Amino acid sequence: MATRAAIREKAAALQALFRDAGAQVIEADILQPAETLLDLYGEDIRARAFVTHDPLAGERMLRPDFTVPVVQMHMQDGAEPARYTYSGVVFRQQEDGAGRASEYIQVGYEVFDRADPPASDAEVFSLISRALDGHGLRAVTGDMGILMAAVRGLDTSERRKAALLRHVWRPARFRALLERFSGKLPVPESRARLLAEADPMARAAPLIGLRSAREIAERIAALRADAHEPPIGAGETELLDRILGLAAKAPAALAALREMARDMPALAESVATLAARLEALDGRGIDVAALDFEAGYGRSSMEYYDGFVFGFYAEDRADLPPVATGGRYDALTRVLGQGRSIPAVGGVIRPALLMECAP
Amino acid sequence: MTLKLAVPSKGRLMERTFEWFAARGVGLRRTGSAREYAGAVEGAPGLELVLLSAGEIPRELAAGRVHLGVTGSDLVHEKLARWDSRIEALSGLGFGRADLVLAVPAAWVDVSILDDLDAVAAQFRANHGFRLRIATKYHRLVREFLRARGVADYQLVDSQGATEGTVKNETAEAIADITSTGETLGANHLKVLDDGLIHSSQATLYALPEARLSAGQAEIRRALVARLGL
Repeated sequence: MATRAAIREKAAALQALFRDAGAQVIEADILQPAETLLDLYGEDIRARAFVTHDPLAGERMLRPDFTVPVVQMHMQDGAEPARYTYSGVVFRQQEDGAGRASEYIQVGYEVFDRADPPASDAEVFSLISRALDGHGLRAVTGDMGILMAAVRGLDTSERRKAALLRHVWRPARFRALLERFSGKLPVPESRARLLAEADPMARAAPLIGLRSAREIAERIAALRADAHEPPIGAGETELLDRILGLAAKAPAALAALREMARDMPALAESVATLAARLEALDGRGIDVAALDFEAGYGRSSMEYYDGFVFGFYAEDRADLPPVATGGRYDALTRVLGQGRSIPAVGGVIRPALLMECAP
Repeated sequence: MTLKLAVPSKGRLMERTFEWFAARGVGLRRTGSAREYAGAVEGAPGLELVLLSAGEIPRELAAGRVHLGVTGSDLVHEKLARWDSRIEALSGLGFGRADLVLAVPAAWVDVSILDDLDAVAAQFRANHGFRLRIATKYHRLVREFLRARGVADYQLVDSQGATEGTVKNETAEAIADITSTGETLGANHLKVLDDGLIHSSQATLYALPEARLSAGQAEIRRALVARLGL
């Protein structure tokens, strides 16, 4: 295990690479308002972040990552386009991974640029790839945008699509919803009973709480409408399964997705984005033919990625978390931007892990 | 060299625990005045009785300050992260039964299962601008239960008592609380979700793993376990 001083030195060297690539050096507070992170990630973040309490300002979290404060900073007063780099400690509870570090340095590079998102993806990936060069790491790439485009392209109601998109990062829930919407799971008994009643609210108990009778009536109406909705066809669920199971070298994956886009034209735009990204990666000297692509990659991480995603792994060290990770998070800028948004992509390296995979 | 057994310091839980041990030939009793938390043991050499609040027993066990303890399984699962890697459950004692359940207003006729709750959480957040609030004091158990089942867009709000009243008072939309009969829930116009059983709790005898005991303590423990017929 490297000493703290050595890790700091490594972090500084990595950050110098990012600075030389044109990034502005920024800092972020360690204590972040808990509410923002809870609203983004949900209650689950409490199991992963350290929560503390300010007697006046209320709940705070020790920053679990830099992305959120960096996006907030940029959305407030950032110039466009912008490139940022940061280096500092982040804090994560490790309840399930005994022995893993609960505080460690991340060095990051983030790009906010509207001009050419696939080129920005390639810029971030190739820069990080270069920084890791010689350590024998295996890169995995993916693209959340493809699965999301496939869901949007389903021949079903907007309500069902919204329900699936909401759970795109929770694979088990996503699967259960898909099985229900495609008729593979029976309608729950309680729902069948509800729908059989002419006026389910007639005999109801006294209404208490903030959720109003109108909201209950609205949902019953939505459930009634949904009961008449035909199941999602077998062809479409098979297509989703093929996308989720797709793992190949990038050129073969692209060819397979182009084939799928013939059955589902809604995929075409995201597949074209993938093609443009691969071309941009090739232009930056990445060996695209050897690059792994998994269409389901990045689904169960807690991050907010909605496009390109990647991770770098030490192949002979399955015990180690990824040495570097990153991705595109356009939607996050919209959520934090109060009505404004900007395409954004970035990644982080963990220098301590990188030093464990010495060349 | 003794082995310390922690038992809840008052009420039904203490009495039933004493009865359970007595039925297996180990006499436990409080000594001195009713206000003094001291105890005596008969029939189990080397065993020392410590009277503690039931809520503190999980922590004292995990820290190794007591070696055996009787408390509700709900308290152990809630208060000790990865409890099963730190202490052992020797036996359920068959009393102190209560269920931790998730309940919503009975007037929510459209909500019977977690699927419904998840959908309503999305609707509620869109309409009200904040995440649906679930009042509870069992934060870890409820959060792990909902995470495993993929429920989103909720928040836990702390409620240390009178939790059934929070919905009526509009400080929560749903609750997760301990119930033994469900009567209080019904009286407060709440209903349990069909798949809303989070944990079935009962008084349980826990112990430190032998690896954390001295040789002498381990011997006392083995003799006690044999005596109790476990």
